[in-house]
Amino acid sequence: MRKCKKCGAPAVMYMRQHRLGLCKAHYLEWFVAQTERSIRRYRMFTRDEKVLVAVSGGKDSLAVWDVLWRLGYQADGLYIALGIDGGIGYSAESQRLSQAFAAERGLTLHIVDIPGEYGLGVPELARRSRRGKGKPCAVCGLVKRHEMNRIAHDMGYDVLVTGHNLDDEVAVLFGNVLQWQMGYIVRQGPVLPAEPGFARKAKPLVRFYERETAAYALLRGIEYIYDECPFAQGAKSIYYKELLNRLEAERPGAKLQFYVNFLKAKEEGWFRDPRQADAPVQVVLHRCESCGQPTTAPGKCAFCRLMDQVGAASASA
Amino acid sequence: MSETPAPKTATLKLRGKAYTVPAGLRIREAMQRLGLTPESYLPVRDGELVPDDERLKAGDVIRLVAVISGG
Repeated sequence: MRKCKKCGAPAVMYMRQHRLGLCKAHYLEWFVAQTERSIRRYRMFTRDEKVLVAVSGGKDSLAVWDVLWRLGYQADGLYIALGIDGGIGYSAESQRLSQAFAAERGLTLHIVDIPGEYGLGVPELARRSRRGKGKPCAVCGLVKRHEMNRIAHDMGYDVLVTGHNLDDEVAVLFGNVLQWQMGYIVRQGPVLPAEPGFARKAKPLVRFYERETAAYALLRGIEYIYDECPFAQGAKSIYYKELLNRLEAERPGAKLQFYVNFLKAKEEGWFRDPRQADAPVQVVLHRCESCGQPTTAPGKCAFCRLMDQVGAASASA
Repeated sequence: MSETPAPKTATLKLRGKAYTVPAGLRIREAMQRLGLTPESYLPVRDGELVPDDERLKAGDVIRLVAVISGG
């Protein structure tokens, strides 16, 4: 039987990449301490700043909110009701779990209801737009990013926190490297600095494997939505995660090294704009003429263009 | 009259399905035999997490919690 490295009690988790086995009490302690370490290492935020946690009802976002709460950060939650049912009442159940989590801890949870706010849920927005034909994930991502940024900005939060874990980051990096999407690669990291109109974004769980965040949620007794989003079936990110986990099974630490060495290379300046030898690649941002949020192209932002398109589709339907 | 011998197998449960595997294997080896990637699951026995390098005892029932999400 594997023993806890700290106290010799039976271990509940063994992390092969760290050669570390821990009992329940020491695992929970380790997880919180490592999160705090990442927050400091990447200068994510301080206890004086107002933090908004994007909560989905899933294990990662509830785990990060729980840890920030235990560490004494000023962290409120934001739940975006997307109007996804999928025959399992997906959004309704996610919302119920997020609200129950907040209520148990006496935390503030803001709720944005997309069908209530814009007249249509994500599946319908996707169905009516060119962007979402076939899969609504692109529309979902766009809507979530826009709303998270809007609420963070309008309500004066300093930083927007998401529950992204190392597997999420590695899957994105892997996908971008396969396509050599340099524009995305240079922007990827544990912290995205604030830009005019954009709150800073931080991912405190970025050094944890997905099984570690799931273990934290289970061991803390956090009730999270176990069902996958009905539209996530066959998603590329899940396929990449599975591939990378097969690699990890043969080569413990492969995922961690891939990500950490990427960050190191970035810090050492290997990802710079060849046209500007002394400056990192910069994206010029404009102000959306409709909602005022930053956008990469002049005129309206992608979210407002989507709403225009859907409005036109609705009118002609 | 001879007693019925104890089963030399254990059970892995995943999403409502039960799989019989030989006792004595490590949990991760049993998962691999079923074509599962151990890194994508957490084993739970009697409501408690267990390391996946633990050996299965005869009669063990292990619930596998899928951890991958995304979209």
